[in-house]
Amino acid sequence: MKRKFAWLLSLGLVLSMFLAACSGGGDDTSDKPADEGSDQAAEGGEQVLNLINGDTIPSMDPSLATDEYGFQFLGATMEGLYRLDENAQPVEGIAVDHKVSEDGLTWTFELREDAKWENGDPVTANDFVYAWQRAVNPDTGSEYGPYMMGGVIKNATAVNEGKAELDELGVKAEDDYTLVVELEHPTPYFHSLTTFGTFLPLNQKFVEEQGDKFATSTETLLSNGPFKLDNWTSTSNEWDLVKNDTYWDADTVKVEKLHHQVVKDPKTAVALYEEGTVDRAGLSSDLVDQYSTHEDYAVTPETSVFYLKLNQTRNEALANVNIRKAISLAFDKQALVDEILNNGSIVANGLVPKDFVTIPGTEDDFRDVSGDLAAYNAEEAKKFWEKGLEELGTDSVELEFLGGDTETSKVMNEYLANQLQTNLPGLKVTLKQVPFEQRLDLDTNMDYDMQFAGWGPDYLDPYTFLSLWITDGGNNKMGYSNAKYDELLNEAATTLAQDNEARYQNFLEAEKILFEDAAIAPVYQSAMAQLVSPKIQGVYVNPFGATYEYKWASVGSAE
Amino acid sequence: MTRYILRRLWYMFITLFIIATVSFFLMKMLPGSPLNAEDKLSESQKQIVLEKYGLNDPVPVQYAKYMGGLVKGDLGISFAFDNTPVTDILVDRIGPSALLGFQALVVGTLLGILLGLTASIFRNGPLDYTSTTIAVLGTSIPSFVFAGLLQYVFAVKLGLLPVALWGEFKHTILPTIALAIHPMATAARFTRTEMVEVLHSNYITTARAKGVTESGIIWKHGLRNALIPLVTVIGPMAVSLMTGSMVIEQIFAIPGIGEQFVTSVMVNDYPTIMGTTLMFAFLFVAIILVIDLLYGLIDPRIRLAGGSK
Repeated sequence: MKRKFAWLLSLGLVLSMFLAACSGGGDDTSDKPADEGSDQAAEGGEQVLNLINGDTIPSMDPSLATDEYGFQFLGATMEGLYRLDENAQPVEGIAVDHKVSEDGLTWTFELREDAKWENGDPVTANDFVYAWQRAVNPDTGSEYGPYMMGGVIKNATAVNEGKAELDELGVKAEDDYTLVVELEHPTPYFHSLTTFGTFLPLNQKFVEEQGDKFATSTETLLSNGPFKLDNWTSTSNEWDLVKNDTYWDADTVKVEKLHHQVVKDPKTAVALYEEGTVDRAGLSSDLVDQYSTHEDYAVTPETSVFYLKLNQTRNEALANVNIRKAISLAFDKQALVDEILNNGSIVANGLVPKDFVTIPGTEDDFRDVSGDLAAYNAEEAKKFWEKGLEELGTDSVELEFLGGDTETSKVMNEYLANQLQTNLPGLKVTLKQVPFEQRLDLDTNMDYDMQFAGWGPDYLDPYTFLSLWITDGGNNKMGYSNAKYDELLNEAATTLAQDNEARYQNFLEAEKILFEDAAIAPVYQSAMAQLVSPKIQGVYVNPFGATYEYKWASVGSAE
Repeated sequence: MTRYILRRLWYMFITLFIIATVSFFLMKMLPGSPLNAEDKLSESQKQIVLEKYGLNDPVPVQYAKYMGGLVKGDLGISFAFDNTPVTDILVDRIGPSALLGFQALVVGTLLGILLGLTASIFRNGPLDYTSTTIAVLGTSIPSFVFAGLLQYVFAVKLGLLPVALWGEFKHTILPTIALAIHPMATAARFTRTEMVEVLHSNYITTARAKGVTESGIIWKHGLRNALIPLVTVIGPMAVSLMTGSMVIEQIFAIPGIGEQFVTSVMVNDYPTIMGTTLMFAFLFVAIILVIDLLYGLIDPRIRLAGGSK
């Protein structure tokens, strides 16, 4: 009998393991690394850094990469037309200069002639043509190709959908060192887009030689950037970035080696930092209190913004502008960033983040000019709330709050629900906390009332944020629609595209409309708290694309 | 005997087939898709990518394709790691997990047997209570708490061992101990219970009467019999130890399979989920077969030939 049921038993065991594995990962509060001085010697003044990566690198193929680590190491090992400098401004990469035609639709890039691939081949305009065609070729199965190029480069969407031939894509090599790009609409920020991973060049001969093996190991990668990826295969947990001597600007690159190891647990990362094994460690919110007085504690601002999406299609209460306004003003964000996140994140009272873009002409920060459009104000919130209830002819509203299910999200969800219920009498909030993939499903089907969501920029322009809420836009998914808003953004992308000052006026106006309509309720702008060794110098943090820029980095002495 | 083994191998095949089928359809019920940027793509863009990966086919068609590949030993290409065969991921990741699991199993069971033995010999004495307390603590303290404590005391405070990471033998010591605590407790409990029972059975009394030495009674007659039930639990335990623990691997930053399995479920990496599940299932059924065969060797009273109904 036992044998008869052997398969049942084993199935049960497998399933129980499955479940057991899923329920793991609770917070470990038992270890408190001692705050002993870490007096590790800098390795004899060598230009070597030991760093932590939060996960493996899933993709080193510029056409297929979608995640921060892929773009991080693509940015370090390869070079596109331009590269972002300390102030996130594009500076020369493979391109030394470019000209834009009068209608803003044709960009002609002049490429440097001394840039080489690791194998000695020159980097030519054809390498860009090949790479960009590959990114939108439906056979490649790229996600970021059509996303980043669609609607920007001429025919990108048509090629991706199979309605145009590959060579109809608006990118041509006039000669080896002249690249001509045709755009669908004038795109003033196009040169900042070319710093992004998806727009990197590829050596056609090499890629085709490697076939399916391309970009799965050190041997199947070809660098043209400041560093090379060494000791790597796609499943590696440890690898090095080493200086690439064939890089055209190798003289600028000082760091010889950046050793990376995958560590996912922030407590472990900090313990390794204290031990002196690594030179930088990220801090999760629960660790900040303990380390905020550490001499190496540092906060790096980020450009991701988090907000509540208010779905106007499912619950009639949220179709009422006064109800939405009440919600957007009714929670104390300062307490949330100070007490719950506690990592340098700041309150968001608008959509476009702080320290992201400046207004052309005046160079004032967009956020400062646009101002606080939805600041916490319980009194005001209550007034809007009562007015809204009156219009709805009810005295109570029940709303579902859709949020993430990680430890920090749960605390935030509960806090926000509690704030809303306290400040808006008659409101009942039910929490629905689900894993990320499920939240995306519910978002796609617009099956929620309020949703905690966020967005990080893909290029250096307010359009990357404001275009989210265009009527029926792919990411709108909350039934927001305002003809004036659509018109302002459409103008910015078409008729005004050549006049940057006018575009920004449109952006400012559009953001105001968004909050007059209380389409979303902004919560916070993220930051990252870390312990960073003083010997790490000249590492820039980019607002989009590769997180860290090491080209200009150096290793000082550890004080 | 040969017929018995052949029949068992056939059952094993059926078992794996059922597991593969059930897992496949369960997995398809997971919310979301394997796309990484699905929140950024329009519906038609999504369809193009899904088409390329064969995810637009009806689920039964996908199932047939997958099983077709499986028969040829092809586990497919990972969705999360570009162009990386699932086999490569499994081969890369099982090593550290299996090594740790094996070390933990050996250390844990040996210590556990010693503990249980001591307890049973000095029954109801202070040694018995100490060993029982250790066993109870070992069963009830979650391994991640224990791992955190070990890391804090031996690495952070005393600096005797590395905090985490992988490479040399010294890196395996703390995670091995953390993993060994559970098998140790289990082995101790089993050994004690069985020994107490065995030491009271008639043949032990007979042996005593014949004048067999006390050590002969315990080692030769007692322990050998007491260990038979333990063999039953060690099999599945060995598999679960050697297929990795997500929590331990995360705390000690070990590139193991347990952690990889959970990650692949989170990102809907279908081929990797299937590959890992099937590998775990295969190890389970294989170990169960091996153990059933071992019984005959350990205990001549259990006969296999002819008596399997």
